[in-house]
Order: sequence, then structure tokens, then C-alpha cells
Amino acid sequence: MSTDDTTPERTLVEAVSDGLHTEMERDDSVVVLGEDVGASGGVFRATEGLYDRFGRDRVVDTPLAESGIVGTAVGLAANGMRPVPELQFMGFVYPAFDQIVNHVARMRTRSRGRYSCPMTIRIPFGGGIRAPEHHSESKEAFFVHEAGLKVVVPSTPYDTKGLLASAIRDPDPVIFLEPKLIYRSFREEVPDEPYTVPIGEAAVRREGTDVSVFTWGAMTRPTMEAAENLAEEGVDCEVVDLRTLSPIDRETIVDSFEKTGRAVVVHEAPKTGGLAGEITSLIQEEALLYQEAPIERVTGFDVPYPLYALEDYYLPEAARIEDGIREAVEF
Amino acid sequence: MSESIRSDTDVQILDKDGSVLPDATVPDLDDDTLVEMYAQMRLCRSFDERAVSLQRQGRSGTYSTMLGHEGTLVGSAFALAEDDWIVPYYRDQGATVTHGLPLENILMYYMGHEQGSVIPEDVNVMPICITIADHIPHATGIAWASKLKGEESATVCYFGDGATSEGDFHEGLNFAGVMDTPNLFICMNNQWAISTPFERQTAADTIAQKAQGYGFEGIRVDGMDPLAVYTVTQQAREKALDPDADQARPTLIETLLYRIGAHNTSDDPSAYRGEEEVEEWREWDPLPRLETFLRERGLLDDEEIDAIEERNTEQVEAAVEAAENVTADPEEMFEHVYAEQTQNVREQQEYLRRLREEFGDEQLLED
Repeated sequence: MSTDDTTPERTLVEAVSDGLHTEMERDDSVVVLGEDVGASGGVFRATEGLYDRFGRDRVVDTPLAESGIVGTAVGLAANGMRPVPELQFMGFVYPAFDQIVNHVARMRTRSRGRYSCPMTIRIPFGGGIRAPEHHSESKEAFFVHEAGLKVVVPSTPYDTKGLLASAIRDPDPVIFLEPKLIYRSFREEVPDEPYTVPIGEAAVRREGTDVSVFTWGAMTRPTMEAAENLAEEGVDCEVVDLRTLSPIDRETIVDSFEKTGRAVVVHEAPKTGGLAGEITSLIQEEALLYQEAPIERVTGFDVPYPLYALEDYYLPEAARIEDGIREAVEF
Repeated sequence: MSESIRSDTDVQILDKDGSVLPDATVPDLDDDTLVEMYAQMRLCRSFDERAVSLQRQGRSGTYSTMLGHEGTLVGSAFALAEDDWIVPYYRDQGATVTHGLPLENILMYYMGHEQGSVIPEDVNVMPICITIADHIPHATGIAWASKLKGEESATVCYFGDGATSEGDFHEGLNFAGVMDTPNLFICMNNQWAISTPFERQTAADTIAQKAQGYGFEGIRVDGMDPLAVYTVTQQAREKALDPDADQARPTLIETLLYRIGAHNTSDDPSAYRGEEEVEEWREWDPLPRLETFLRERGLLDDEEIDAIEERNTEQVEAAVEAAENVTADPEEMFEHVYAEQTQNVREQQEYLRRLREEFGDEQLLED
């Protein structure tokens, strides 16, 4: 692919929009549906330009009804379309939760392969943007727990376009979680042409030998910052951005841990029942004898996501992540 | 109560005794088709009785009977073309089987076998939906896809009166109105959602009137009159595929009928309703009504009925035999979770395989 000077630089949200454009050009069966996704281009402008290009039959402003959006997408998918429903915020996913876990995830199983739900449910998620109540949740664990779903979380614009393409082309349903905190934080080269980033493969963002730090989504950036700060103190962190939470890249996690013998998991979801517990368990099952220290979890608190005046205390940031890493390294 | 069938329905063709009501128009079906319709309804009845008996004998799991629903299920399914879709719930096997689903699938499903969910490639039937009303938006989506693809196909969704209280009923019908999709929503108002009577389900007089809120037509039909249901379904289908200007495609059809049997084989209706009410509704039973109609036309006699019954018994017994010959294979649990098996699922499948080899099924499944 082209990486010369002509490759445009895009933000993460522009990469979403470009990814949707590219896939809709490739495949006529791809339809985007949701609240305000049409003429307005979505509350985050993630679907900007699609309506003018593809028209109202393929970029559909729906009634305000999350269960209806996902439920009709089940029928669209079963009858040959590739719907890409958007749910505006993760706190609004619950009316659609029944459809997602009882039908989207199980349609392939309960029709013994006759029907499937090849849909990509896009959900902006996570906190840090001073949003109102119910707009900042990070509940990826709900979906990871459900067999039949794939769960993808990009952390860079380049990955966003490539993972979105993989998700849309995937024969199974994908929950595509977009970290809205970094929708517009930075740009990187995102080629115009179609390309994919495979689902199920983590990315080692920083190689290191002392401790493995596993994270995803918006937390990747403060984690990288923490790693650089600690490098100045002589702690060499390996940072692994999981990118796909289900199916999780067990091999990369275990390989990294076997190299460092220490691990920290960073996520903004509450600690109890969060994925850090799952990753810890995986490491203990597969690499216990390499373990040099307790596995640290740096996470959100076991409280409802607070109103925004307190969210900076809730969200892990570099200093808290550094503290967790030191705990693991100094044990 | 039973009188209300006549006074409150928009469409009824057969009277309680099976005679054609004055001014009613009998649908333009040939004689063979009319007899087939009757035979199919009788098949449903025989199948139902057999399925309940299998459950009582411990040979099958919980089963939901369609006793009293045969007129709606068979009457409506006869109005469909092969390419049309059926999006069912768990009490409308009479329709899905009429549309081409093998009878043994229903038994296999209720006997707990995954194979029951295998739908033949050329049969447009969705899996049974146990969660109430969830499948209504699916039906809207299927019809919406047909419209986007320019296919001549209507989608029929069946549900009960209880389903109309769920949010997904509203969302599914509202989307259908807005997207103007070729949908037929058939609400079998059978008066009871397990033990909750219709008047505790809604304060509205009818289900049909709810269609007005979605911008399309609602119609109430005698659901124990197969000819009336056929007529209404056929007209609604025609409209779904080729509406007049300013006419909406979807239709909500309320078929007024009665669940003569229990909600399912675990339910005891005597706890919440009187036998008198059941008997009153039983007088509207769709089978004798159609039978009288056919006899009066000279299309049916005792000999033909015996022949139908014999064929049905054979068909039901063949289905029972096929279903009971299925062996549960734990490998199936791990299939069709994803298009391509994930590492976790594969390893867990291998783990169970190893356990079975090591201990044997007998020891493994010991209580």
C-alpha cells in the first residue's frame, strides 16, 4: 500500500467514515443505519458524506429505537444484506442488548448455519469527553462474555479503517467499539484504498523486557506515555494493544508474558468482572511458571461512571498506570 | 364471549356452524386446495395430540400446542408463495410446516435436538423465537431487505396477544411503517398469555386498532375461520407487494381465536380460567366448521376423512420415528458458533472429547 507523501492523514473518526465509504463502494449489500446517521452525518460525524454518496436506501436514518435498529438489522442480515448499525453511545446499548445477546450472537447457532448475522454494530464508547450521564460507559466485558460475537477496539486511525473493513467483511457479527476520547486526538496516515487489519491479532506497540502492559482503545495512549516515562527510570515496558477482545490473541499475550514475567492490565471499565481478570487468569493457566510478581490491574472503579467533574479521577491516566507498573516491577 | 367473534371481527366467512354467512365471499380456491387446507388442519390437530402425548410419556420436552389455532395457521400459510418468509414464534408450527418445514423438525426441536433447527435451504422460515416479540423487528428487517433487493416476497410474522405489550412489537411495527416494508404481522389473539387475560394485556379494544398508530391498516378477522384468514392474508400480501399509490405496504392482522389447550405442557389452565369459557369457544373450532362447509359442497365425506386421517397418522408416526432416531452428539454444541471455529471453542471441544474418551459417556453423565 501507499505510504508516500500523498497518503492522507486522518483522525480516528475520519478513518471510520473513510472505512465505511470504502466498504460501501466495494459491496452493495452494506447498509448503514441508526439515529442521525444520514444527512447530519452522525453525532460524531462518523458517517459524514455517506448519505450524499449512497443515498437514503443505504444510509438510513431510523426511528429512535435501539432494539429496533439492531432487531431489524438481524432480519436485514439474515436476508442477505450487510448492515452496519450505529448505536450512539454505549450507555444506550441496553435496549438493544436483548437483541444482541439473544439473537445477533446466536442466529448462526440456532439456525445451524442457515442464517447468520454478518453485521458490524458500531458503538462509540468510553469516557473522558465531559459527556452527560450514560454516555461514557465501557462495558466491553458484557459482549466478550457472549459466544457468537466478536469484539474489536481500535486505538489508531490506521487500524480503525482496516479493522472496520475486516469487521464488515466478517461472516459473523462484530461489536466495533470506537474510543471516542481519541476520535480527534491525533492524525496518522490512512490510505484511501481498501485494506484490512486482521481481527484477532494484538499489536505490540512498544517492545520491552521488564513488564508486559496489556491494554486497548483510549487507554493505549496514557499507557504508552507511562511506558516512556518509566523508560527514563530504567524500566523497560512492553505495551500490547489487544485490538480484538474476542477472540483474544492468547498467543501474543502469553509470549509477551513469558518474556517479561510480569504483567499489568489497564482498562477503563470497572475492575470487578472486567477483562483484566480474564487476562490474568489466562496468563496463570498458560504461563504460571514464568510469573515473577502478582499481576496488577489498573482499571476504573467499581462505581457507576461518575458525572464529568469526577471522571478524571475515575479514568486511569499515566501516573496511575505508572504506579501499577512499579508495583509489578518492584515486587 | 363467543358472540363477540361475530360482532367484533371485520371479516368472517363461515358461521359458527360452518355455513357461509350471507353476503360473505368464499375465496376463489379450487376444490382440491380447499380439501388440502382441511387435511392440513387435521394434520396439525393429530400432530398436536401426538406431541402432547410424547411429552406425557417423557419422550419429549415441553411443547406448546396450537389447538384452536389451526384455522389461522393453515389459512394464512395457504395464501403465501414459496419465496415468502415466515418469522415464527413457538406456537405456529402449523404455518411453518405448511410452508415446507419438515414435521420432524418440530419434534426434534422439542426433544432437545439441535438438528430440529436445520431448515432446508429452499424454505424461507426463520428459527422458532422463544423470547417474546423479539422476532418482530427481525421480520421487518427481512421484508426491508426484500424491498432493497427488489424481490417479490412478503414476510409474515406470527405472535400472540402478549407480544403486543413488548417494546419490540412497537419498534418492529413502527420501523415497518416508516420503511414501508412488505410485512404481514399476524397477531393470534388467543385471549390468554399464559394466565394473563387479554384485558390485562391492553386497555385498547382491539389489537388491530394499534396499526393506526403506525400508519398502516389493521384488520380483525375470525381466527377460527380458515377461509376468512386466507382471504385477509391473501389481500394483505397483494397489497404488500403492489400497494396502490398512498397505500402503506404493511398490515396488522388480528386473528381472534382461542387457545383451547394449555399454554404448554407445563401449564395447568384450570388454575386461572373456567371450563365453561373453554367450551364456549370450542364451539367455534375451525375443524368442524370447515368440515361442514366441505361436506355441504360435496367435497368431503366419511371415506375421504378416513383416508386423510390415515395419511396424517402415517406422516406423524414417520416424524416421530425420525425424531426419536436422532442421537444427541455433543460435538454439535461446538459447531456453528462462528463461521470459523475460534481457538477457545476448538480447545473446549477437544477437552470434552478427551473426557469422553477417558471416562466414557456413561460415567461422565452419571448424576
